[in-house]
Amino acid sequence: MALTIEGLRLRQEGFGFAADLEVTEGARVAVIGPSGAGKSTLLAAIAGFLAPESGRILWQGRDITHAPPGARPVAILFQDNNLFPHLSVAQNVGLGIRPDLKLSAAQRAQVEDALERVGLAGMGARRPGTLSGGQQSRAALARVLVQDRPVVLLDEPFSALGPALRNEMLDLMATLLGGTGATLLLVSHDPADARRIAEQTILVAEGVAHPPRETGALFDDPPEVLRDYLG
Amino acid sequence: MAARAQPVARVWPGIGAAAVVAALILGTLAAVALRAEAGRGLSPSDWAALRFTVMQAALSAVFSVVLAVPVARALARRAFAGRQAFITLLGAPFILPVIVAVLGLLAVFGRRGVLNAGLEALGMPAVQIYGLFGVVLAHVFLNLPLAVRLILQGWQTIPAERFRLAASLDFGPGDMWRVLERPMLLRMVPGAAAVIFAICLSSFAVVLTLGGGPRATTVELAIYHAFRFDFDLGRAALLSCLQIAVAGAAALIALRLSGQGGFGAGMGRPVRRWDARGAGFRAMDAAFIGAAALFLIVPLAMVLRDGIEGLGQMPADVWRAAGYSIGVALVSTVLMLSLALPMAVASARWQGLEAAGLMGIAASPLVMGTGLFIIVYPFADPGAWALAVTALVNAVMSLPFALRVLAPAARDCIADYGRLSASLGLRGRHWLRLVLLPRLRRPLGFAAGLAAALSMGDLGVIALFSDPERATLPLQMYRLMGSYRTEAASGAGLLLLALTLAVFWGFDKAGRYGADD
Repeated sequence: MALTIEGLRLRQEGFGFAADLEVTEGARVAVIGPSGAGKSTLLAAIAGFLAPESGRILWQGRDITHAPPGARPVAILFQDNNLFPHLSVAQNVGLGIRPDLKLSAAQRAQVEDALERVGLAGMGARRPGTLSGGQQSRAALARVLVQDRPVVLLDEPFSALGPALRNEMLDLMATLLGGTGATLLLVSHDPADARRIAEQTILVAEGVAHPPRETGALFDDPPEVLRDYLG
Repeated sequence: MAARAQPVARVWPGIGAAAVVAALILGTLAAVALRAEAGRGLSPSDWAALRFTVMQAALSAVFSVVLAVPVARALARRAFAGRQAFITLLGAPFILPVIVAVLGLLAVFGRRGVLNAGLEALGMPAVQIYGLFGVVLAHVFLNLPLAVRLILQGWQTIPAERFRLAASLDFGPGDMWRVLERPMLLRMVPGAAAVIFAICLSSFAVVLTLGGGPRATTVELAIYHAFRFDFDLGRAALLSCLQIAVAGAAALIALRLSGQGGFGAGMGRPVRRWDARGAGFRAMDAAFIGAAALFLIVPLAMVLRDGIEGLGQMPADVWRAAGYSIGVALVSTVLMLSLALPMAVASARWQGLEAAGLMGIAASPLVMGTGLFIIVYPFADPGAWALAVTALVNAVMSLPFALRVLAPAARDCIADYGRLSASLGLRGRHWLRLVLLPRLRRPLGFAAGLAAALSMGDLGVIALFSDPERATLPLQMYRLMGSYRTEAASGAGLLLLALTLAVFWGFDKAGRYGADD
């Protein structure tokens, strides 16, 4: 029993969204579907940015439907604006430990360690604007590592990167987060991403998030909406 | 886009600030209205003041806009060295203390000014600056640059592709005018004229210095006279109601007509154009730009020239007044920021809050001052409160401009980083310290600079309240001008100009410093 979404209904700019599903703890799940179907809405609801009209969200049986975003067992990366441009890379990562940035020596060492693991050793003092796109993704990933939350939501954070760099980031993320046993939900446009790192896939179409299925099986025998989307 | 806004910042401080502003504007108005003696009705001289108010504002608006169109067109279609500097100069009159502008205009157009010296040498009759001519002249000097900027923005809303298409269709200037420029002007000009009309309706310092007498008194000046010389609070209150009705109606019309007319928006490069290449057109554009530049620069150059000579003549009062002015400007800036910042944050959820701040545009500082006087008078000596009231009223008056700058920046910050902040549990004062203030550094510096400069140069409510002991620099300067101590007044004018530019530059620079991304 892990992340449970029970009869969730919400409304955003006139569009309805519904989800009724369960994600096993430690699973790596892709979220796929046409744009505008509600992939980001699903993640925003889990992260606590959107208030549902009805239904519940539970983590290990605990009701988190009304918890504020920062109090949920969730770390999230967005498509963009994952780093504050006016703070240094180390400060950006440090926010994942303490939002007031009053870090102890041990916590600062933890930040350094995370930067090293994502391959940004010694770059903590730099501003995000001086890093390449791939390095910025790594810095954001380092923050997810220090946040150490059991659920990690990824809302296409690598979509601005080229194909090779994106695959590299996906692999790095899978490796690093695999070690923590975190449950992973990854929104993507690309079935290849799903096949690459996710054993299960949630199909979101026409405002409904369907329960996760085996990725291979889903793509080998796609339902009609997915077939239309894949073309 | 979210079903609920990001919970990073609370809304209630902004609502509280808006309530304070509303209480100040509406509360003082109520105090005034209760005191007004409606039964007495308006006297013939009140009607004359109303007629003069509307007439001078209408003439000022028409002249500003009519002269602005050819200048803006020249700027829109010509690239030349110094173009950007000229456009920056066009922004300066906004923070220029009105009394300094008047001093400069007197040096050019006044009885012993450069113009009359030239006319005398040619044996022609002298120009009389006091009265309608002077009031309209000063208003055009102060508002022509604003009109040029607004209309230039209109030109820049025409996409470059249209001009390319026009060039490939071999449009001449006449076709360009008919197809592209006239429709744009019909859209922009009424708004620009309405904004300037509204500004000139409540302009006080210009009329105080260049108007006066039965034939050139505005409603605001009549309030001041009723208050200051007749101490007729009932009449001052009645005139205040009249002023609010007229200025409020004009402000509503201006807001409606000018729509999103950006304030201080960026002025890009000129669009490459292929029409109006003839020497005649070039000469015409150069003449318009040159004339506008002369009209703006010469009076300021005179302030500089006379001021340097007058610096040694300044009595000690001037320095004390300068000290008061700096204090009032800084306090006013802090007050403005503590109102504007929460309102800007709250406007991310309720855009209406920004509109509430814009009420300040319709508010008249003299009416607010009259109301505060009526409220304070039973309890304390209003003279003792002159500086505090001035700082407060100035803060409210600069609030609309500050909100115009801060509210969109705060909304962007919350839209871009609200979710990230929320997901990290970054809220309240930590969010303020780590996210909002650093992100808003630039607009905060600019807004603070505007507020400090406007307060520094203000000659309005202080004139109502002041006693001989407590005068700000603009008031001290006005007193020197009134007692014909022209050299000392010129020195004080230069000091005021320098201080105003210094506070604006200082705040703006502090906002830019280190805000490299």
